[in-house]
Amino acid sequence: MALRTLTRLAAGLLAGLGAVAATAAPDVVIGAIDDQSGVYADNSGIVAIKMAIADAGGTVLGRKITLLTTDHQNKPDIGASKFREWADQNGLNVVMGGSNTGVNIAMSKVAAAKKVPLFVIGAGGASLTNEDCTAYTVHYGYDTTALANGTATTIVKGGGKSWYFLTADYAFGTQLQTAAAKVVEASGGKVLGAVRVPLSASDFSSFLLQAQGSGAQVIGLANAGEDFVNSLKAANEFGVTKTMKPAGLLVFINNIHAIGLEAAQGLYLTEGWYWDMNEASRAFAKRYVEIAKRPPNMVQAAAYSATMQYLAAVKAAGTTDPDKVMAELKRLKINDMFASGGYIRRDGVMIHDMYVMQVKAPKESKYPWDYYKLVKVIPGEEAFGPVTGLCPLAPK
Amino acid sequence: MTEIFGFPVVVVLGQLVLGLVNGSFYAILSLGLAVIFGLMRVVNFAHGAFYALGAVTALLGLKLLGVNYWAALVLAPLVVGLLGILVERLLLRRLAGLDPLYGLLLTFGIALAIEGTLQQLFGSSGESYPVPEALRGALNLGFMILPRYRAWVIVASLAVCFGTWFVIERTRLGATLRAATENAPLLQAFGVNVPLLVALTYGGGVALAALAGVLAAPVILVNGTMGSSIVIVVFAVVVIGGMGSILGAIVSGLLLGLAEGLTKVVYPEASNIVVFVIMALVLVLRPAGLFGRE
Repeated sequence: MALRTLTRLAAGLLAGLGAVAATAAPDVVIGAIDDQSGVYADNSGIVAIKMAIADAGGTVLGRKITLLTTDHQNKPDIGASKFREWADQNGLNVVMGGSNTGVNIAMSKVAAAKKVPLFVIGAGGASLTNEDCTAYTVHYGYDTTALANGTATTIVKGGGKSWYFLTADYAFGTQLQTAAAKVVEASGGKVLGAVRVPLSASDFSSFLLQAQGSGAQVIGLANAGEDFVNSLKAANEFGVTKTMKPAGLLVFINNIHAIGLEAAQGLYLTEGWYWDMNEASRAFAKRYVEIAKRPPNMVQAAAYSATMQYLAAVKAAGTTDPDKVMAELKRLKINDMFASGGYIRRDGVMIHDMYVMQVKAPKESKYPWDYYKLVKVIPGEEAFGPVTGLCPLAPK
Repeated sequence: MTEIFGFPVVVVLGQLVLGLVNGSFYAILSLGLAVIFGLMRVVNFAHGAFYALGAVTALLGLKLLGVNYWAALVLAPLVVGLLGILVERLLLRRLAGLDPLYGLLLTFGIALAIEGTLQQLFGSSGESYPVPEALRGALNLGFMILPRYRAWVIVASLAVCFGTWFVIERTRLGATLRAATENAPLLQAFGVNVPLLVALTYGGGVALAALAGVLAAPVILVNGTMGSSIVIVVFAVVVIGGMGSILGAIVSGLLLGLAEGLTKVVYPEASNIVVFVIMALVLVLRPAGLFGRE
């Protein structure tokens, strides 16, 4: 009996040693730092990242892929310190940064210091590849420049010449308004004014009546999430949308689902991806729905694509060395369910086509989540604009 | 065009009406808080969560059971009120007689738990509650377009506020309730079931929050955190009106709605802090609040 136990123990120890020898090459560690409990929680890309890792077979270069996740709670210090901790202690190789521009700016400083590539996916702020750019930042999916270029240009060309902005009164809102106003004026339109609305206001009707009083043809909604939903709902209720054309400057499909087609119909918006575009996007959406119980939005599709692209770059480089991987990332083309002919420019922006969409009327919608009709495809270079020169890595 | 201080009368009137609509929500919510604080000395931080719960209950009732808006107006406060009674009997009761700080911490914890649960179940994007058929469309007041539903909110809120005030200040039940706050042991000696009264009070206050939630559901996005920003304003309203003063809560709720409306004409950026500026002034000049007794 004792002998048998001893034999087993020895066998176990040997097996253990064998296992250690087999995993001598460290895991490839992907970190996902996203809002998982706050206002942007529904944009979280973690499900999509897991799908991508599973599709890659859970390994790259014969090394196991490990995923670390955390909730940054929309606090820059939490995001940055978790990033640093993982880089110091867990052999972090790459971070998929979720929503919130502020958190991502803080994380990009860590990315540069620790030489760990950072994919910014959920956040929109274009400063991430301009003033705040680093050699290890990739902005994947969309940014504020592309959103403004898409929606504002299309509406002005369609005859909506005079604009009035309803702007969320903080950095993101004013940046969005500035970007859109620039585009409006460049395409021959005029900005009649703007009203700055406190963040998370409980009531938007007063501000909407001011917008209506301006006599502008277009009301530009330079806000996001719940504020966007509540302002568009009120615009409908007060008949503002009868005299003014609403323009959504940052809209996700889950926001449209929350408002309902009745109130959202006719709205112009810009998307980096829509689930019902082609066979590949529909196939991805179908698989995603099985796990997450709701269709993916552009952020989630981008998270899948970004993870796949990182793994492809690692494979091409034959190493996880950050500089070599970054070089591969900027060399490889991106052709998948998210983009065709996409690429990562020297300033870190992922260039790909953007889509101007219009929200369908309830009677046009034939099946669940059938919300958009395509108005126009904007070629990537046009949507994201030329290199600005603000990023020292990418002079004009 | 006629003007007041350089602002067109039409604009000012419009904003005043909208201010009254917002004030109606403040009034019902602060009324519930005032009732709970006045009779139980509990600072109910879970008020915003119960408000959200009221709206979510109405939404779920509509989607799963086909309960319409009018029935939800009664049923949702009832369901949430019962939950409130449960919270009082199982948790709050244990803190009776302790420092009010414990009640505050407990209700804050309850708020976090409710909001977290709702967010876990329904996500953060929220959903819309349709405006009931009979209240669709808008009224043309000459100086502005007022959606029928918003007009209804003003009427409903005034009725509820007056009704609650009447019950507490002018009926026998109200007299008993007030007696319980003055001297509970003595009242119990007269054979009145004071613990039951306290549970009903908390349930009633919470039901008012849920009612406000149902009223708000067709106007704003329904989600787990819809109450977290409004509850802060409502606390300020209660402080301005005088902690525990029923009439104070109602009147200051409506007045602050109007003050906010006017601020939106003059300087929109300040509209979410004007209430707190007024609160600071009131605390300096009249610490007991406008209607409070020293």
